Amino acid sequence: MTHIVKMQGLNKHFGDLHVLKDIDLSIEPGEVVVIIGASGSGKSTLIRCVNGLEEYGSGELVVDNEPLAPKGQSQKGLAIIRKQVGMVFQQFNLFPHLTVKKNVMLAPMKVKDASQSEAEKRAMALLERVGIANQAEKYPSQLSGGQQQRVAIARALAMDPRLMLFDEPTSALDPEMIGEVLDVMRELAKEGMTMMVVTHEMGFAREVADRVIYIHEGQIVEQGKPEAVFDNPENERTQSFLARVLKH
Amino acid sequence: MEFQFQFDWQAAINSIPFLLKGIPYTLLISFGGLAIGFMLGIFFGLLSINKKWFLRWPATAYIEIFRGTPILVQVLFIFYGLPDLIGGPIDPLTAGIAAIALNSGAYISEVVRGGVQSIDRGQSEAGLSLGLSRTQTFWSIVWPQAFRRMIPPLGNQAIVSIKDTSLFSVIGVGELVRQGQVYIANTFTAFEVYFVVAIMYLCITLSLSLMLRLLERRGVAST
Repeated sequence: MTHIVKMQGLNKHFGDLHVLKDIDLSIEPGEVVVIIGASGSGKSTLIRCVNGLEEYGSGELVVDNEPLAPKGQSQKGLAIIRKQVGMVFQQFNLFPHLTVKKNVMLAPMKVKDASQSEAEKRAMALLERVGIANQAEKYPSQLSGGQQQRVAIARALAMDPRLMLFDEPTSALDPEMIGEVLDVMRELAKEGMTMMVVTHEMGFAREVADRVIYIHEGQIVEQGKPEAVFDNPENERTQSFLARVLKH
Repeated sequence: MEFQFQFDWQAAINSIPFLLKGIPYTLLISFGGLAIGFMLGIFFGLLSINKKWFLRWPATAYIEIFRGTPILVQVLFIFYGLPDLIGGPIDPLTAGIAAIALNSGAYISEVVRGGVQSIDRGQSEAGLSLGLSRTQTFWSIVWPQAFRRMIPPLGNQAIVSIKDTSLFSVIGVGELVRQGQVYIANTFTAFEVYFVVAIMYLCITLSLSLMLRLLERRGVAST
């Protein structure tokens, strides 16, 4: 079985803080993996290592058959991986000086040398898919948070990634907008996209995830099918975390 | 003896044609110097935030030296001092443009640095995560946003530099103040002439302010 992501003995320190401890994690094509854990547990750092936004200290990491060295990875090597890996951020990070459509067109034109008309056609199709084609000519600041995050998803999809990383995609949203973003992600999962999702949306995790991973203080403490992790957590740390988050 | 002073409007009006001859020099030194200063500012400003110390260090030295010494000393140094070093005279116009360029370049470096550093890191992360190179990420994502924020301080620097050119009368460039001094030497109408000179500077700086206001408003409309 070829894995899309393969981590072995991954370690990372921020100064004295040991943020990732011996992480072993393999992800198969088409798999939806949801990573849960308290804030500061290292779950965002973990997925940021996958596209090299974060360097790691020791261990091995292979993304889409492309080895990603711990430190000093060449910019070329990083670019190869990043072309295959889309990322959606908590704060959307849309480009405020470009229209919604241009946000989606930028990377295909710059990285894949797509023509203006190709890129535009693809951008409109993707915006259609996330339900905001009618906002294409607006600037990001004119859109609601939920709409902005859907644009960010379309922007990442424009590169035809083999893997999508979601770093708390709904944490900065007003409650009434969380649903529309999760809907788009649910669709994406249904279509077979490989996804790594860091989230606090336990309902989404239970429904969409193929596998749920619980991280505590930089370690994978428990993982398995959502029913197993949510209904019969084996580790007592998982039990107390779930007791805290599911109470509300 | 009774003291009486009357503003001589006729003298003021008469001086205008002669003073106007200084304006092309004032504008040439200001905008010629600022254009070069802007390029220096981008170059050294970006160097000053580079991770590599051996690139950052010379940039910081340049900025500190030209920000930390008076522009009058700089222009005197270039006009009177540098010829000894290069073995030939420098004409006053070139010296003036060079002084504005080097001086404004140091301040503009800081404007560039501040502008670039004010852009959220998430913007570069988004660009990099899409597969753009660092260079592409900088020039197509960070720089356009940073530049927009740089417009007000750049306008400020332009106004300062325009006024700084008045000091270059000391090296004999026929700019506005120099023209005034020459005219006064013949007519002794200092009050009227400097009044007109001041108004002329004000006309230049006010029209620049106005243009920048319009430019800024256009920039804001699209964010």
